[in-house]
Amino acid sequence: MSAISKFRFVSTDRRVREDRRFVAGKGKFVADIQLPNTKHVALVTCPHAAARIVSIDKSAALKMPGVHYILDGAELAAATLPLMTGLDTPNVPRRPLAHEIARYSGEWVVAVVADSRAQAEDAAEEVVIDYEPLPFVLDAEQALESNDILVHEAHGSNVLLDKTFTWGEVDKDFAASPRKLKLRVKWGRSSTVPIETFGVTASWDPWRDMLDVHASIQMPRFNDQIGIALKIPVTSVRVHHDVDVGGSYGVKRGIKHTVLCGYLSRRLGFPVKLLEDRLENMRGGDAHGPERLFDVEVAFDDNGIVRSMKMRALENVGAYAGRSPFQLGKPVGAIVGPYKIQSVQYRAVAVVTNKTTQDAVRGFGQAPTNVAIERTMDEVANVLGLDRLEIRRRNMIRHDEFPYTIPSGTTYDSGDFHAVIDKVVAHTSYEGLKVERDALRTQGMLAGIGLAACLEPSGGNATFEALLNPKVQTSTFMDSCRVNIDGVGSITATMHTTSSGQGHETLVGTAIGEVLQIDPELIRVVRPDSLNSLPSGTPVGSRMAIMLGGAAFHAATKLKTKLMTIAAHDLGIPVERAVYDQGNVYDKNKPEHRRTWLDLVQIAWRSYHRLPADMEPGLAASHIMQVPTGGTLPDADGRVQMYPCTSFEFHLILVKIDPDLGRPEILKYRIGHDCGVVINPKIVRGMTMGGIAHGIGAALYEEFAYNDDGQLIAQTFMDYLLPSSHEVPDVQIIHHETPSPHTVFGQKGSGESGYLGSPAAVANAINDALKPLGISTNRLPIKVSTLGDMIAAAQENKSKGH
Amino acid sequence: MKAAPFEYSRPADIDEACAMLAADENARLIAGGQTLVPMMAMRLARPTRLVDINRIAGLSYIRQDGDAIAIGATTRQCDLERSATIARDIPLMAKAIPWIGHAATRARGTIGGSLVNADPAAEQALIAVTLDAVLNYREDKKTIEIAAGEFFVGAMVTSLPSTACLTGLKIPVWHGDRIGTGFHEVNARRSDFAFVSSAVQVQLDADGTCKRIAIGAGAATDFPMRLTSAEQQLVGSKLDAAKVKDVVTEALADIEALDDLHATAAYRKRVAVSMACRAVADARASALGEKLHAH
Amino acid sequence: MRINLDINGEIRELDVEPRTSLLDCLRDHVGLTGAHTGCEHGVCGACTVLFDGVAVRSCLMFAPQAEGSKITTIEGVTPGPGEMSVIQDAFCETHGMQCGYCTPAMVLVAHALLIDNPNPSRDDIVDAISGNICRCTGYAQIIDAIALAAERLRGANRPVELTK
Ligand SMILES: Cc1cc2nc3c(=O)[nH]c(=O)nc-3n(C[C@@H](O)[C@H](O)[C@H](O)COP(=O)(O)OP(=O)(O)OC[C@H]3O[C@@H](n4cnc5c(N)ncnc54)[C@H](O)[C@@H]3O)c2cc1C
Ligand code: FES
Ligand code: FES
Repeated sequence: MSAISKFRFVSTDRRVREDRRFVAGKGKFVADIQLPNTKHVALVTCPHAAARIVSIDKSAALKMPGVHYILDGAELAAATLPLMTGLDTPNVPRRPLAHEIARYSGEWVVAVVADSRAQAEDAAEEVVIDYEPLPFVLDAEQALESNDILVHEAHGSNVLLDKTFTWGEVDKDFAASPRKLKLRVKWGRSSTVPIETFGVTASWDPWRDMLDVHASIQMPRFNDQIGIALKIPVTSVRVHHDVDVGGSYGVKRGIKHTVLCGYLSRRLGFPVKLLEDRLENMRGGDAHGPERLFDVEVAFDDNGIVRSMKMRALENVGAYAGRSPFQLGKPVGAIVGPYKIQSVQYRAVAVVTNKTTQDAVRGFGQAPTNVAIERTMDEVANVLGLDRLEIRRRNMIRHDEFPYTIPSGTTYDSGDFHAVIDKVVAHTSYEGLKVERDALRTQGMLAGIGLAACLEPSGGNATFEALLNPKVQTSTFMDSCRVNIDGVGSITATMHTTSSGQGHETLVGTAIGEVLQIDPELIRVVRPDSLNSLPSGTPVGSRMAIMLGGAAFHAATKLKTKLMTIAAHDLGIPVERAVYDQGNVYDKNKPEHRRTWLDLVQIAWRSYHRLPADMEPGLAASHIMQVPTGGTLPDADGRVQMYPCTSFEFHLILVKIDPDLGRPEILKYRIGHDCGVVINPKIVRGMTMGGIAHGIGAALYEEFAYNDDGQLIAQTFMDYLLPSSHEVPDVQIIHHETPSPHTVFGQKGSGESGYLGSPAAVANAINDALKPLGISTNRLPIKVSTLGDMIAAAQENKSKGH
Repeated sequence: MKAAPFEYSRPADIDEACAMLAADENARLIAGGQTLVPMMAMRLARPTRLVDINRIAGLSYIRQDGDAIAIGATTRQCDLERSATIARDIPLMAKAIPWIGHAATRARGTIGGSLVNADPAAEQALIAVTLDAVLNYREDKKTIEIAAGEFFVGAMVTSLPSTACLTGLKIPVWHGDRIGTGFHEVNARRSDFAFVSSAVQVQLDADGTCKRIAIGAGAATDFPMRLTSAEQQLVGSKLDAAKVKDVVTEALADIEALDDLHATAAYRKRVAVSMACRAVADARASALGEKLHAH
Repeated sequence: MRINLDINGEIRELDVEPRTSLLDCLRDHVGLTGAHTGCEHGVCGACTVLFDGVAVRSCLMFAPQAEGSKITTIEGVTPGPGEMSVIQDAFCETHGMQCGYCTPAMVLVAHALLIDNPNPSRDDIVDAISGNICRCTGYAQIIDAIALAAERLRGANRPVELTK
């Protein structure tokens, strides 16, 4: 693959073209799109953790002003197919509205359609549903160990997935290692919680057989799934991609919402809009993220070299499963983090419980896994009395060892982990930080240094599907771009999905501008609807810089080649002698002998007689990009090439905890970050900062907490605590660049950066702070009150001389 | 999340507002709306009539009234925050106000709304109790006074009759030298409701002996409480830390602390002691003119 | 009920149910969609508008309550079609946003802050935006944007004013 050595536009500090519309409040979000005669949906939700729906009385509600229709799960189930699930679990069907049994508190049971949202809510209160409460299970271990309470009776157990992989000589390595250590780490249920909830408008045109969908989505194969569930041709589903999405970071999937509204619009003959309100979103939007219990065991020697690891990851997926269990599969591609652990046993278990359904969250399971790995590395250092940074350095893959294949079969493309760490500690002395920490300790504070080193697998292949569900044979995950130079020489490029703040229009413009040597600002980037689109895997898996940027590069390169071919032909020289220079082409031997951009456009568009024989007229090119390093399925042992690229991040932080209050405060935050060649520095910085803030939330504040009755008690923004500017420290990024050999500019992904390591860094810092008290905590989020109570108990024990 | 339907009215004066409350038992006053509107949006409150007192003339004021500062019920938190009178005469309130929500909620939220809402963690309720404020309300064309200490009777419950309108409160000003204040609170995020808070005002003799002290503890229990026994034991003392801790611990020994998603009862009970000790220490230091460490 | 609202310097005669929040009124009745719906219970700040020049949450007020006050939305601080204020331009310069959902509110808060305090410290800025949740940016580039705008406005010796 061609790597460009010097860039005109790539890596320069250019503005992000999407920003202009947003600062003026002119983004086009789904709530801003008003189709004539649109009616609104409100939902009646189940108040029980599990219940049989005995009867539904709609009569009073139907009499309410403005009401058009009231839909229940029975009608919807009869008319539509269950939603697609990732695993092969036919007896765990998932539907937009509960049918016969509701399986979590907040699950949608009835949809009310009325002239206004307020009227729909008024009527929703009048729907009378008789429930027979059923026993329920909330805890993953209980769901795993006992069949007494089954979330889905027909499935026969609560286990959706239980697979054990062994890569390398685990038993032998354990037997040969002088030391072992076990650790249990719990990642509490949190998610990405965008400030815009999910919204969709579906509008059926019976005269064109067309369902127009405007939605705030980030979902691969969204249109396919809607068409299939609604039992209409996918060519009758037109998803509009020119909708700005108010944040997603994985969760904006909205299949159930869209099938619901699509059905209603078809049934009723007018556009139907559902904008989740915050309660619907938090309880029944099916957008929770991982809730994961790790049991980790490592075998190592007296020098702290970790030889082998056994990890069990138990995921509480909630009541139904879409793609969420796959979040146990993706981390396989970086299961040893940046370390040379030579053998691994990995058991991935997913169970259903009576909690809200999950969807994909930034990192797709990697951030929790990194907490487990990084907490373990700290503990290894602690038991040996070794320095935690030193032990990481000893275990890390060295620059000269790349490409490096990890036991689970993925080859890491490139990296220079030691150099990144060196840069960070050159910026902020690690020893100096220790002095600062110890000074805080002498002042009576608890203080700790947090380290975390981790990878951001990027490029987004979907081979975890085949890994966890052998019926799936996915070995590609495409993205595409089409570039057209019009009859007056202006350039329009396409991308084929929505975006939610990642600056994809800027990316496409930059990549094409770089290839064609034309100011990216002059390149129009549009988002055709799904029927006009080429394949796109959507912005998941930290892949767009690599995949969309790559597709744009290749499409533009095809055009560049065509321009050069036309020019050479017209100049009567071999194409090898043609030199492309900012849109013009000249003869290497006679530079004044040239064709300008407009000459070439003229020939291609109008002068077929001047084109080389058999060349297509016009100047349009498309590229459908295969994932670099993709194309293979997992082998029999589950070894798999997951994502093509690995970005690296190293976090170094200082945390202070007032021992009386248990309230942690991050005093210093440094991150060394290497995502290869940076395409747009502003965007990469933003992604990293946002990711760190999100990770701090997961580590300290955010949890979808349930009470013993199975009620979600953190269902508002007063109780589910997103970090505000007060809670996010002033972060210093230390940049490093190790280009990827697999990508067009050497770029790697950065869409998940920061988030993948900050929870681990915070957890490690807090544990370092707690060390003098002889206590530790491995349960995230680490809440003020819990921490305060722990510290108090430890101090009391200490003073009692225990 | 849309409110249930209601009628809206904007009475010209308090008595008309009270009459509207008397005429419809499901009518509710609205002041800043920063608590009532979210409740209505979630349909946890569904008044049939909303009586908007925001534009009633003469309900928003901060002024001297004899030995006290009088504050009107619809005085907004942001006005208190910026008031030179408050900063000078009720410095304890000035310290507490920035802890209430965010600038944008303080721009609308009123002191009256906060007192009547009686959230256990409300900073303004804590200040009122700590400084022996006297509240006045209007009912049936009569103005009635009630001490803050009698006003709060439970979590989110006050002794205000349902057809009454709080009109204002008076907070006695402490006069003399060497008066100091301290305010502390702990929460998860800086702008959240407190898990525990404490407000202290103290006056010292020239030799640093405590002449007078008021210690309030907020958020730990259903409504703010005064640590009266501690106050009594501290008057005449030098407020040395060990003694303060002892008497505060004793005063809080039997409280029934709140327990919720965000903080355990044990946490609240224990940290209430720390908060009070720190607030006393700050108050003492400020009375002595010492510089305080930022918290 | 019929109400008259002064929105961006223009008096609008509207017919709304009393229960209509100012936010919904602006979006659905006036067609000003720059104020966004995030939580409808007062925590996220996405719905921020200026009310008599001060940042408030438009989801926590019913439309009839806004009579008699000056309401300024993001549309009201935008100088003209395609034209940006110094503050808006600074947000573009530092990329003080990603998805753009919290952005109009952040810009308005910045306006309100800089009217009050032309020379804010980092802490002042952090405090001013602390009532507005941004899930995308981690705030750093928003803080940079406001600092940059303040600097440019000071340099231009031109105080911030609401354009309408
Ligand atoms: C995000 C957020 C954070 C917050 N954080 C805090 C915090 O940290 N600390 C804190 O204390 N508060 C906090 N609040 C609430 C605070 O902002 C409110 O101002 C306060 O609780 C209520 O005041 P209000 O004027 O808004 O009253 P409203 O919401 O208008 O009314 C509250 C109640 O009081 C009644 N009422 C109002 N005025 C009168 C009167 N004069 N006479 C009789 N009854 C009356 C109303 O009928 C209603 O029942 C927060 C709110 C939000 C949205
Ligand atoms: S929508 Fe108003 S504060 Fe969230
Ligand atoms: S830019 Fe997306 S929430 Fe702030």
